[in-house]
Amino acid sequence: MTYSELVLELINKDDRYMIMTSENRAAFRNLPPLIKNNFIDTGITEQTLIGMAAGFALRGRIPIVHALATFLTMRAFEFIRTDVGIGNLPVKIVGAVPGFLSDGNGPTHQAIEDVSIMRGIPHVNVFCPADEDDMMKGLPKVFSDPTPFYIRYNTTTPLTEHSNFEIGKAETFGNGKDVAILVYGFLFGEAFKAKSILEAKGISVRLINIRTPKPVDEQTLLKAADECNLVVTIEDHFITGGLYTILAEVLLRNRKTANVLPFALMNKWFKPALLNDVLEYEGFTAEQIAVKIMSALGK
Amino acid sequence: MTKEKLNELQQTALKVREHIIRMSGNGGCFIGASLSCTDLIVYLYKEFLNVSPKNFKDPNRDYFFLSKGHDVPALYGTYVELGWLEEDRLKNHLQTNDFIYWHPNRNIPGIEFHSGSLGHNLSVACGVALDCKLRKQNNKVVVVVGDGELNEGSMWEALLVASAYKLDNLMIIVDRNHFQANLMTEDLIPLDPLDKKFEAFGCCPITVDGHNFEMLEETISKFPFEENKISVIIAETVRGKGLPSIEKRADRWFVNFKEDEIQQLIKELHGEQSAYLTSETIIAR
Repeated sequence: MTYSELVLELINKDDRYMIMTSENRAAFRNLPPLIKNNFIDTGITEQTLIGMAAGFALRGRIPIVHALATFLTMRAFEFIRTDVGIGNLPVKIVGAVPGFLSDGNGPTHQAIEDVSIMRGIPHVNVFCPADEDDMMKGLPKVFSDPTPFYIRYNTTTPLTEHSNFEIGKAETFGNGKDVAILVYGFLFGEAFKAKSILEAKGISVRLINIRTPKPVDEQTLLKAADECNLVVTIEDHFITGGLYTILAEVLLRNRKTANVLPFALMNKWFKPALLNDVLEYEGFTAEQIAVKIMSALGK
Repeated sequence: MTKEKLNELQQTALKVREHIIRMSGNGGCFIGASLSCTDLIVYLYKEFLNVSPKNFKDPNRDYFFLSKGHDVPALYGTYVELGWLEEDRLKNHLQTNDFIYWHPNRNIPGIEFHSGSLGHNLSVACGVALDCKLRKQNNKVVVVVGDGELNEGSMWEALLVASAYKLDNLMIIVDRNHFQANLMTEDLIPLDPLDKKFEAFGCCPITVDGHNFEMLEETISKFPFEENKISVIIAETVRGKGLPSIEKRADRWFVNFKEDEIQQLIKELHGEQSAYLTSETIIAR
């Protein structure tokens, strides 16, 4: 099922859903004529989009709003914080081309602080699906949940089938003890391939797809830190405020520590290029990740 | 408007202004803007809006948004006079045991949405107005905005969208008191010709004396002013209206008066004596 099909099905079942966009229609090009009374395009107006979504939510609607992740989370940040966050309204904020997915656009379009700033808002939860299958499994629960949610939209072709989704529960692949790889969003694919590379070299790996950085699956993180020699965090996000920070918060809250190897953007925007070249240039391919992990393990 | 009705509105507004003055001590409030929009809010709630505790949850009720949230004492004072809020609760102003502070909070019955950050409630009201239209309901949606608030780009952005969606169930009332926080609007970021700006954004603006109930009634009763257009009332008002000792003064925007000053100001409101104010000028934002 595609995103567009899912949304159409939801609206046909439940008139409360509103599809709203500030002229970003990539996810549902064919949909507007089919959902006339549940579709609003506000033009290139992220602030008004969020404010109006709050108004719709006050009327009992569940607005699902769309724009590029950077402009949505940053141009409209104070509207999300003030109208959706303080109001604790069930607005679903879908950010397109987050992280590395903005590939050739350049720094203006790079949403690589979005997880940090969205999770910092009280009431607002965050869902970062690994790929299209993960997103389709998660969205029905995320959309029907009464809380506001930020979603890192991701239709990457899946490398594996995902398990059933629960908000606040990570998905674990394998039970290795040498290294735990924690990842969310698009980079799950590289992490999944890195797992195979490492296992071929005799390293035992557990791969943890975080799914919802907020609420985070604290028990799964603690168990990984307890049982594995090395914990790796992988994210197409600034090092500040994302998964590395979330892990640090969880460990500190529980008076624990761990050997942690972070893969993140170290206070820099990434080199704009085609996606695969971005990964290579910035050191986020499966092979590059595997080599660094081997080195950290002293192998 | 009958003489009785006019007298009743004027008496209510007088009482609301007394509440505002009483809220201007013990931590203070934004008195200037509260006094400028008092007559507007009193008129809307008593004569125009179909909203009361009986229909607070009814989706067919009318909606009111105070986008310039810092003049909330005028709103709470009106709620007291309508019998929606116990007068004693105003004494909880700035106390941790209640929700009454310098900006509106939804825990107070009648408040549709919080405000305080300027430039927000117009887009929220657009969402409500558009939803009413989509559901083919005839609610009226009214937003009171500040003239200073019109500095915010989000106001004009929302107007573009409201105009595109032909939200003629939306009324915007500008409390045109000619002041923003510290300065007169025309001395900082000039707004005039304001009516032309609204016209250019697809609205139908009418300018009216915002303290004259008869003129307000004559204008507001024409709503919607034009089919498919947003009705805009530019309400010419006076900052600090009713208290000559603080009227039109940039330095009496936010005040924290002493008890004896409050007593003097209440007498001044009733034309009994002029107030002699010694409290230091406070400029807050």
